[in-house]
Amino acid sequence: MIYFDNAATSFPKPDFVKQAVIDAIDSIGSDGRGAHEMTLRASRIVYSCRENIAKLFNAEPTRVCFTLNATMALNTAILGLINQNDHVITTVQEHNSVLRPLYKTGADLTFLPIDGKGNTKIDMLCKNLKSNTKAVVLSHVSNVTGNVIDIERVGKLCKENNLYFIVDAAQSAGVFDIDMKKMNISVLCFTGHKGLLGVQGTGGLCVAKEVEINPLVVGGSGIHSFSHTQPDEYPTRLEAGTLNAHSLAGLNASVSWLNENGFAGLREKETNLAKIFYSEICKIPEIKIYGDVLSKNHGAIVSINIANEDAGMVSDALYQDFGICTRAGAHCAPLIHKAFGTTKQGMVRFSFSHQNTEDEVRQVIEAIKQLLP
Amino acid sequence: MIKRNKKEWLIVTFHTTVAAFQMERAAKDMGFGGRIIPVPREISAGCGLAWRDEKEKQAEIKKCLDDKCIEYEQLVLLTL
Ligand SMILES: Cc1ncc(COP(=O)(O)O)c(C=O)c1O
Repeated sequence: MIYFDNAATSFPKPDFVKQAVIDAIDSIGSDGRGAHEMTLRASRIVYSCRENIAKLFNAEPTRVCFTLNATMALNTAILGLINQNDHVITTVQEHNSVLRPLYKTGADLTFLPIDGKGNTKIDMLCKNLKSNTKAVVLSHVSNVTGNVIDIERVGKLCKENNLYFIVDAAQSAGVFDIDMKKMNISVLCFTGHKGLLGVQGTGGLCVAKEVEINPLVVGGSGIHSFSHTQPDEYPTRLEAGTLNAHSLAGLNASVSWLNENGFAGLREKETNLAKIFYSEICKIPEIKIYGDVLSKNHGAIVSINIANEDAGMVSDALYQDFGICTRAGAHCAPLIHKAFGTTKQGMVRFSFSHQNTEDEVRQVIEAIKQLLP
Repeated sequence: MIKRNKKEWLIVTFHTTVAAFQMERAAKDMGFGGRIIPVPREISAGCGLAWRDEKEKQAEIKKCLDDKCIEYEQLVLLTL
């Protein structure tokens, strides 16, 4: 089997991540509930994970709040900051985990369009500002095209115009540099199981100073038990209920590794594989490629179609006949498919990891050639 | 069109992914030889997965869906 679905979840997970989860299962209690050694061990791991995440993104450890995934982090940030009287600027490349919470707020929304290569037209941002614009919400890297938005530039515009800047880093965390302070990010939402190399059921949001999010979920906090309301202090403010400390132990191990070893080398390896793939298949006339794959900054994602064949059928043939795992369909990003005119056909997405090899890329190129009409 | 041997199949679509896996479990118990596939674009369905099986099994599969109260959207014949 060849796994080219790393944008869905990275695979395989590093051995040290597996070991950290197993060790946690064998040794910890629940975080923040009591003071015996078992709970303290859980709390130390969770705290260490906060510190590692804070270091990776230049955030405050006390304002790193853990959730199940990026979706829950985005829901928390968007529904906790935006209401129906606000105007929000977002983009057509967004995932439903940004779009659906935004629609749910009832706010007035502006969608920045893309150009022919799928690059978001950031220069249209200022023209679209209104007196009630409250926030810009966008994804750093598109999960469909792999195109990257210059979030430092957007952050600067948000600062100049006094807007919240909420970033969906699901596809970029652990892959591209993110500095919350330098990039003026108000809320950074991440998931643990993709580029951060952790296991599923982990994610979170890093909240900048002076950003006060109204909690989405309230409940047990381990502190102030007689109060009727969730404590105001971060991270407890956004962390009702027992955390997934077993999986956070795995995330702690992977993020600690990324902090120590850096990730530029991993990124170079995987984007290089994407470029090799691109440069071969772009010679095939029946193949349409979406996205700006050869751009200097690009995620290791290449989405294609073969002539007008149903993307689902191509993906199914790749797996059934060649054992190659890809993702077909709309990838939960409806507006970018409208922009590319692929709502019915979908796209076949190949997403590479530093753990893939050039040989695997050659095999998939051969497989595609065999499928050609 | 890609190069693949095509034939007419029975396709069952569902509103939810859960129902597709109910079908897979039921099919295993009944010894059906079909499998889950990405939903073909010819059919617009609530869920991205569909069940594909031999068209001769149509009556048996319909009965199985009804007996096990599996909520499905459509049962259609399609050449894939
Ligand atoms: C761009 C983007 N945003 C958000 C998400 C949601 O991440 P998760 O499913 O881990 O919540 C994903 C991936 O599924 C994604 O690719």
